[in-house]
Amino acid sequence: MEITCIACPLGCAIKVTLEGGKVVDIQGATCKRGEEYAKLECLSPKRMVTSTVTLIGSPLRRLPIKTEHPIPKSKVMDVARALLGVEINAPVSIGDIVAENICDTGVNMVATRHALAISTKNEAIN
Amino acid sequence: MKKVDIVIIGGGPAGLAAALGAKDAGIENIIILEREQYLGGILNQCIHNGFGLHVFKEELTGPEYAARYEERVKQAKIPYLLNTMVLDITRDKKVMAVNRDGLLEIKAEAVILAMGCRERPRGAINIPGRRPVGIYAAGTAQKFVNIDGFVPGKEVVVLGSGDIGLIMARRMTFEGAAVKAVVELMPYSGGLKRNIVQCLDDFGIPLKLSHTVTQIKGGERLTGVTIARVDENLKPIPGTEEDISCDTLLLSVGLIPDNELSRNAGIALSNITGGPVVDESLQTSVEGIFACGNTLHVHDLVDFVSAESEQAGKNAAEYVRGKRPRPDGGITLSTKGGVRYAVPASIDPGNVSDKIDIRFRVSNVFKNRYVAVYFDDTRLKRHRRLILTPGEMETLTLTKAEFEKYPDARSITIALEE
Ligand SMILES: Cc1cc2nc3c(=O)[nH]c(=O)nc-3n(C[C@H](O)[C@H](O)[C@H](O)COP(=O)(O)OP(=O)(O)OC[C@H]3O[C@@H](n4cnc5c(N)ncnc54)[C@H](O)[C@@H]3O)c2cc1C
Ligand code: SF4
Repeated sequence: MEITCIACPLGCAIKVTLEGGKVVDIQGATCKRGEEYAKLECLSPKRMVTSTVTLIGSPLRRLPIKTEHPIPKSKVMDVARALLGVEINAPVSIGDIVAENICDTGVNMVATRHALAISTKNEAIN
Repeated sequence: MKKVDIVIIGGGPAGLAAALGAKDAGIENIIILEREQYLGGILNQCIHNGFGLHVFKEELTGPEYAARYEERVKQAKIPYLLNTMVLDITRDKKVMAVNRDGLLEIKAEAVILAMGCRERPRGAINIPGRRPVGIYAAGTAQKFVNIDGFVPGKEVVVLGSGDIGLIMARRMTFEGAAVKAVVELMPYSGGLKRNIVQCLDDFGIPLKLSHTVTQIKGGERLTGVTIARVDENLKPIPGTEEDISCDTLLLSVGLIPDNELSRNAGIALSNITGGPVVDESLQTSVEGIFACGNTLHVHDLVDFVSAESEQAGKNAAEYVRGKRPRPDGGITLSTKGGVRYAVPASIDPGNVSDKIDIRFRVSNVFKNRYVAVYFDDTRLKRHRRLILTPGEMETLTLTKAEFEKYPDARSITIALEE
């Protein structure tokens, strides 16, 4: 498997050879960090997903959200699709769960911004 | 007229960190002026993660990073005004702003510029053809999608492979759009490897290096573009044209510091960075006016914006308290051999307490080079680097002890060497 290392700007092209689900050879990594990355990326690639959902009853229109932990790469587009059309009521605080166990990944989607409800004073303190 | 010790223009990460730095250094009478209805600046639209690894030792999204600084500013009870647009600053540090209550005039002892940056206007790139609806700067599209909740199209081509363009390719994919290609004029991408892998490769979006858009098609609405390969002189090669249908073209062609206000105040600007020329205190050519963050020079990591701006806040505080005399002259800092620019432009060693960070960028991709520092004609030190790229800002630290070794130095030069 060909992997581009993302651990530093050098971007080494690393070749990982798998046999029966086990790594037997790694070529092309300039450093240890790259070997570790390539191994992980081959055996169980994971990604954070960040997106937004519609906010109701807030001066803000969109609520930014993220997966609480990285999820398998193969599920990323399922999660993105599942979030289209989701609506959330204000107020919301950072860390609030927006969707539980998204797409059966065992990972929750959480809010990444505070959103006050519309009636709350949103002006400057002085 | 209201009198304030330090006025900070812009409530993005730079403005917030500058305010905290000034407060820490003992100045109470501060005000932050922000034209949006929220603090945090551009970070609020950067919803992806990857922020804060240096400052917080964990990976945060843009809004989370902004919220932490906002929280600190509120805890420190630093006053701020939202929905307040600064219209003018003068050399004697009068600041004029406008908000719902009308015109506001403030006389400040010191001003900190933290207005951020703007995207290069689309007129700045030459593409023949009409200008139908559907062509947006990538950062503007990011604001549409992430703040306003408006997805600008269904079939997308991105011109320019800077990080914002790459991030938007993935973002539009998540919103259900088909991203047909990212087209890059140079033979390398200006974006991080991580973003090329996780924003393009993961979704099978082709990155067309050494290509450009040569034609824009459509009447009212964009219907497609023609792209072509370019030669070593970056000129399109006839016969390599390829048509791509799309209703949206995102331009990710670079950022420039926002300095309308600085220009009007007569502050000297660098024609390389587009930001003010500053000394070791991050003070501009106008005494008592400081600059930090993307207004000073475009940063790629917000962590460095915070560090630099906190220092600007501290320096402004010392200036207000009469503890930071304006240097006359100082050592000039210049660059050569592939180093495009360095900030600051001059250093008075008398104002360096224990060390000073110098930020610089290179002009091309360089592998296996030394970054060398010269005091006049003598090489002080050099460090070997495996790779240097234009997309990543570099930092170099000079210590007080190093300055003391060369008390008569007139110039410092930063250069790349084989
Ligand atoms: C579109 C875009 C995307 C980016 N994405 C990333 C990313 O993914 N990762 C990353 O690390 N960095 C990213 N950056 C870089 C990021 O901008 C910096 O890390 C950081 O946000 C800069 O902080 P700042 O405070 O200097 O500027 P800003 O965050 O832009 O803040 C400037 C503030 O000043 C206010 N202001 C300007 N003029 C006035 C005026 N006249 N009166 C009152 N207020 C004013 C603005 O409203 C704004 O709130 C991105 C930058 C842009 C432009
Ligand atoms: S293998 Fe090491 S040197 Fe190569 S890109 Fe990865 S981290 Fe950088």
